[in-house]
Amino acid sequence: MRVGYYPGCSLHGTARELDESLRAVAPPLGLELVEVNDWSCCGATSAHATSHLLSVALPARNLALAEEQGHDQLLAPCAACYNRLASARHAVACDAALAETIEDVLGRPFPSTVAPRNLVEVLRARLDLLRERAVRPLTGLKVACYYGCLLVRPSEVCSFDDPEDPVSMEEVVTATGATPVAWRRRLDCCGGAFSVARTGSVVRLSRAILDDARSAGADAIAVACPMCHSNLDFRQKALVRRGEAELPVLYLSELVGLALGLDAETLGLGRHFVDTKALVERALASKPGPAAKPGPRPSAPAAAAKPASPAAAGTEAV
Amino acid sequence: MRTHGTDAPAHGPLSLRAEMKERTGKNTARCYQCGKCSAGCPMAGETRLRPHDVMRLVNQDARARLLADESIWLCLTCETCTERCPNGCDPARTMDALREMALEASPGSPPRALLAFHRAFLDQVRWTGRSFELGLVADYKLRTGALLQDVATAPGLVARGKLGFVPHPIDGVKEVRRIFEACEEATRAASGKKEGA
Repeated sequence: MRVGYYPGCSLHGTARELDESLRAVAPPLGLELVEVNDWSCCGATSAHATSHLLSVALPARNLALAEEQGHDQLLAPCAACYNRLASARHAVACDAALAETIEDVLGRPFPSTVAPRNLVEVLRARLDLLRERAVRPLTGLKVACYYGCLLVRPSEVCSFDDPEDPVSMEEVVTATGATPVAWRRRLDCCGGAFSVARTGSVVRLSRAILDDARSAGADAIAVACPMCHSNLDFRQKALVRRGEAELPVLYLSELVGLALGLDAETLGLGRHFVDTKALVERALASKPGPAAKPGPRPSAPAAAAKPASPAAAGTEAV
Repeated sequence: MRTHGTDAPAHGPLSLRAEMKERTGKNTARCYQCGKCSAGCPMAGETRLRPHDVMRLVNQDARARLLADESIWLCLTCETCTERCPNGCDPARTMDALREMALEASPGSPPRALLAFHRAFLDQVRWTGRSFELGLVADYKLRTGALLQDVATAPGLVARGKLGFVPHPIDGVKEVRRIFEACEEATRAASGKKEGA
């Protein structure tokens, strides 16, 4: 399936491994990523904190470009970009005057026909292929699925999963053969964009997340947002207390890539600050499963409890 | 809410609540102070005003007090408050609107570090079409004087191939610049209209 691809600024810099791992897992999962030509920044936190109009106009330019280039869906693997694209589309849909102003500001038509998609919903729509092609199921690996804020909130804008009790990441992790753990802080904020300007808040918030994942017995945390990754991985040296083991933080696409049998270098696993070697060795050591047969699927408490309801909402078009 | 003071009457013809409704489409008067927003707020322990305080002050027309308070800049926009508000008051969107109003009223009012970050970030986008992390951090350091912050981590980022050294302006950078200018112009026109009304 052909899908428009909006990498966003982070994937050209600190989140290169998210770009690399996603591009690597796309072909085996039947996805053709077509990068939107000449995309620009979504404006991120700095735009919406200072100008509502700018925070709609900057994402709208990219949605308009995607449409001109023949796409009806746009995959934004960065949760912050996804949220800004989806929020801009929602704002225009709710406000006819704003829609008109945006066309003036852009100097282009903006019929808003392109649907933004996030990493989790796109992977979740390919679970059958993933199970079928998981030649190296990550059996025994315990993973804390961390959603953070921008994938699921506000649900008015991000409607693909339940905002208070989501299951989609756990479903993807289960399909890799790993076991999602039950924990409390999977929807808490890591401190997001305050990483540079208010590091102390980020340390406080991210430490609580790491502590909770660790006490739930997780071997790794799975994320789908470059800011979450940066705060939990890059800042982790400042977060762990003496004697505590570091906890690898992997992009969901990296976990999927490992299960698909891709090597660590291709997936960018060497770019992390918290060493992923031991984890990768464990994954490599796990017995290759029969490729054609779905591997054992340890049930996540959340995933098992609610199999279909929110899952049905986001899958149809992806 | 730690004090009860309200400000002098609102500037211009609109109450803060009415202006908020105009800007966001949300009716803050529906807030009945249940405190659910503040209960879930990750920054509530660090801010003088918690989300439900902010909502009440909006309804009390405490414009000057709200716009001068650092609390509105410490909101992370995690959207927990908005998701949980039983009355659809949207505190997160309210915070965004208050920040925008604070900048319009007094461009120097936000906390220095946060404003420096936002300015550095948006200047990157305005001049290249994208944000560029190395330039962003360098610009931020110059604006704040925090020259040594995170210096120890830069080599680690370079070793991992995570810091590019050259910004890559996009082809449509002039278009992006025009979008910034058009937004600024539209905002000026709107606030001129309000003052003239």
